[in-house]
Amino acid sequence: MAEKRKKKLGIKQRYSMLTRGLGWDTTYQPMDKVFPYDNYEGIIIHDWEGWEDPFRLTMDAYWKFQSEKEKKLYAVIDSFAQNNGHLGITDARYVNAIKLFLTGVSPLEYQAARGFTHVGRQFRGVGPRVACQMQAIDELRHVQTQIHSMSHYNKFFDGLHSAPHMHDRVWYLSVPKSFFDDARTAGPFEFLTSISFAFEYVLTNLLFVPFMSGAAFNGDMATVTFGFSAQSDEARHMTLGLEVIKFMLEQDERNIPIVQRWMDKWFWRGTRMLTLVGMMMDYMLPKRVMSWREAWDIYFTEAGGALFADLARYGIKPPKYADIATKEAEHISHQAWNIFYNYTHAAAFHTWIPEKEELDWLSEKYPDTFDKYYRPRLEYLDKEEKAGRRFYNDILPMLCQVCQIPMGFTDMDDPTTISFHSSEYQGNKYHTCSHGCKDIFDYEPEKYVQAWLPVHQIYQGNCGGAEVPDVLKWYNFNLGADNMEYQGSPDQKLWDEWQAHRKKA
Amino acid sequence: MSLEIKTNVIQPRRHTYSHIAKRLGADKPATRYQEGTWDLQPTVNFHYRPTWKPDQELYDKSLTSIQMEDWYTFNDPRQMYYGTYTMARHKMMEAEESHFKFIDKSNMIGLMDADWQQKIKTFLLPLRHFEWGANMNNCDCSDKAYGTAISQVALFAAMDRLGMAQIISRVGLLLDDNTGKSLDQAKVDWLESDLWQGVRKMVEDSFVLDDWFELLVAQNLCMDGVVFPLFYHYFEDAGIRQGGTAMSMLNEFMQDWGKDEKRWLDQLLKVTAAESAENAALLSKWAATWTERAVTAFTPIAKHVLGDEAADVMSSIRAEITKRAKKSGIEI
Repeated sequence: MAEKRKKKLGIKQRYSMLTRGLGWDTTYQPMDKVFPYDNYEGIIIHDWEGWEDPFRLTMDAYWKFQSEKEKKLYAVIDSFAQNNGHLGITDARYVNAIKLFLTGVSPLEYQAARGFTHVGRQFRGVGPRVACQMQAIDELRHVQTQIHSMSHYNKFFDGLHSAPHMHDRVWYLSVPKSFFDDARTAGPFEFLTSISFAFEYVLTNLLFVPFMSGAAFNGDMATVTFGFSAQSDEARHMTLGLEVIKFMLEQDERNIPIVQRWMDKWFWRGTRMLTLVGMMMDYMLPKRVMSWREAWDIYFTEAGGALFADLARYGIKPPKYADIATKEAEHISHQAWNIFYNYTHAAAFHTWIPEKEELDWLSEKYPDTFDKYYRPRLEYLDKEEKAGRRFYNDILPMLCQVCQIPMGFTDMDDPTTISFHSSEYQGNKYHTCSHGCKDIFDYEPEKYVQAWLPVHQIYQGNCGGAEVPDVLKWYNFNLGADNMEYQGSPDQKLWDEWQAHRKKA
Repeated sequence: MSLEIKTNVIQPRRHTYSHIAKRLGADKPATRYQEGTWDLQPTVNFHYRPTWKPDQELYDKSLTSIQMEDWYTFNDPRQMYYGTYTMARHKMMEAEESHFKFIDKSNMIGLMDADWQQKIKTFLLPLRHFEWGANMNNCDCSDKAYGTAISQVALFAAMDRLGMAQIISRVGLLLDDNTGKSLDQAKVDWLESDLWQGVRKMVEDSFVLDDWFELLVAQNLCMDGVVFPLFYHYFEDAGIRQGGTAMSMLNEFMQDWGKDEKRWLDQLLKVTAAESAENAALLSKWAATWTERAVTAFTPIAKHVLGDEAADVMSSIRAEITKRAKKSGIEI
C-alpha cells in the first residue's frame, strides 16, 4: 500500500487547531451573560483573535514537562530531609528568611492560583483563557512544592507552623495579603496587569529571584531546587504578562490611559511590598547575594528602563514615582529592619543586630546613607541590648491605609522626618505613607476604606483580646519561641547544639 | 540479617504544621496531600469586596446553597496534589501517545469502513466543544468552590477536559490528514446541526448557572454520566463491528479518565449528601433535573449512531447514573 503523504503542521497551526478552535460564540445564552466581567473596566477589545499565544503548550506536552520536573524536585526534597539538609545552611538566622517566605509569599501563590482560575474562566477569548488556566495550575504547583520543601524546616525550627492562619491575621502579613486581595478584587484586565505584568514581569527579579539566590548562597538546597524547577514556569508567566499589556494597548488607544494608571498603581503597590524583600536581602541572609540597592539598580533601573523604553511606542510612560522609589532604595531596607526590630515580639520571626562585619558590609554598600543615619542607631540598640535592655516597642503603630506598612518611612529628602499624607472621605480622615499610596487611595477611596487594618482591628477588640499576648495567642504564636530577639531563642540554642555535636563527630 | 546504615538522627521538634496536626488530632507525620491541601485557602479578614461582584467575599461559602460544617470533610481518594496529578496524567498520556503513533504508522484508520470514518466525524469530533464547555464549567467550579480540597480537584478536571478536547481534535487530524477540515466541519455541526443543538443549549445553559455545586453535579455527574459510557463504550462497540478497532485504542485515555472521575466525584457526593438531609435533597433535585436533560439532549446522537438500540442504551445509562447516585445517598 502506498503511504499517504500527510500535511505537516507547524507548531502555531497545530496549537491553533487543537486549542483556539475550541471556543464558540454562544447563542442560546448571550455572550455578556456567559462572560459578565470582562468589559466593566473600560478596556475595549475589538478582536479577541488578535491575542498572540505567549506559549503554545498543549496539555500532553504540559503533563510531560511538568511531571518530569516534579519527579526531580521531589527526589531532591526527599534527599534533603533524609540527610538533615538543614544542618548545611550557613546559619540558623537564615531560616528567618524562609519563615518570611512561607508565611508571606507562599500564600500569595495560592491566591494567584485562584485568581488565574477566575480570569481563566472569565475572558471571552480562548487564547488568554488557556494561558491563564495554565498559570493557575502552575501557581498551585508553586504553593504546594513550597509547603513540601519547607516542611522539613518546620520540623526543626520555630515560626513556620501556621502559615495560612498567620497570613489571615498577623499585622505585617496584611501587607502581602492586601496586595493580592486588591488585585483579585479588581477586574480581570487589572488583575493581569498587576500580577502578570507588574509582579511577574517587572518585579519578579526583585521578589522571587532574591529569595532563591539567597537560598543558593546560604546552602538551602531544598529551596533553591524549587527555585530552579519553577524557573521555566516563571518564564512562561512573564511572557503572559507582556502579551496582555501589548494586547490591550494594540486593541484600542482608549485603553492606554487605563493601562498607564494601572501600571502606576501596581508599580507603587509592588515596590511597597518589596520592602520586605529588601530587608531580607540586606539583613536576614548570613551570606549576602547583593544589596537591595544593587538589585534595584540592575533589575528595575536598567532592565525596567529598557522595558519602558520599548513600551514608549504605545504611548506608555515609566511608572509615576519611579524616581522616588529609586531614592528609597537607599533607605527602606534599613527603615524596615528597624520597624521589625522594634516589633519582633509581635512577629513570627527573629531579628537581631547585624554582626560587625555585616555592618561594615552595609556601610560599604550604602556609603551615602548607612553610616550617616542607620549605623549609629543599630550600634545604640546593640549597646542597649548588651546592657540587658533589649528594646521592644509596646505602642502599636499607625498603618498606611493602602500598603498597610507601619507609618515609619521617612521623607526621602529628609530621612529624619516621617512621611505622612492624608485624605478625607465621607467625613473621615485616612492616612497614607507616601504620594504613591495617597494617589491610589484618592482614585478609589470606596475600595481602600474597606481595608482590614490590623492595628485598627486590635483596638476594636477583634483580635483575641486587649493585651498584646492575647493578640499573639490569637495569631497562634508560640510565645518565646516564634517571636522575640534571635539571641537566646530556642532556634539559636538548638542550632549551636547541632553545630557543636557535628564538630565533635 | 538486614543492612543498617548509621545516620545522624536528630529528633524533630514537631512532625507537621499546626493546622494539619489539629485535623489529624495529634502531631504526627502527615502526607503530602494533607500538607499541600488542608486549610490553604484564606478564610477570614478579606480586605476588599470584589469589584466584579460586590455582594460576595473573595472566598464565600454562600456561593452554593450546599452547606458543610467543614469544607475539608471531602478528601480526594486519589490523594492528588499537583505533583501526583501531573505524574498520573503523563503516564496516561504516554500510553495514548503510543496508540496514536501505532495507528498512524500502521494506517489503522484506513482499515475502518469509510462510512464509519464519516460517522466518527459527525459524532465524536463535535464533542470536543462539549469538552471545552466542561473545561469552562470545571474552571468555574474551581474558582467559586470553598476550600482547597474541592477547588483543586475541579482545577485538575478543567485541565483534563482541555486535554481531552485536544485528543479528540487529534483524532480529527488523523481522519483528515492534518488539513483540519474535519474540525472546521465539526464546529459547523456543533453550531448548526440539529443533532447537536440540544447538547449545545444544555451546555450554554449550564454556563450561566449561579450555584457552583449545581454546576458540578450537572457537568460531572449528569452530562459526563451520559457521555462517557455512551461515546467510549456503546459507540465504541458499534464501531468495532465496522473496523473501528483504532478507536478502541484511542478511547483508552477517556475511558481511564471516566473511571478516575467517578472515584473523586462519588466520594464528594457521598460526604456532601451525608452531611444533612437538606444537602441530600438539593443534590437529588439537581441530579434529577440534569440527568433528564442530559439523556434527552444526547438521545438524537445516540439514535444517529446506534439506530434502534439507542432507546435501550439510553435507559440503561440513566439507570446506571441513578444507581451510582443512590450509592452516594442521592435519590433520583
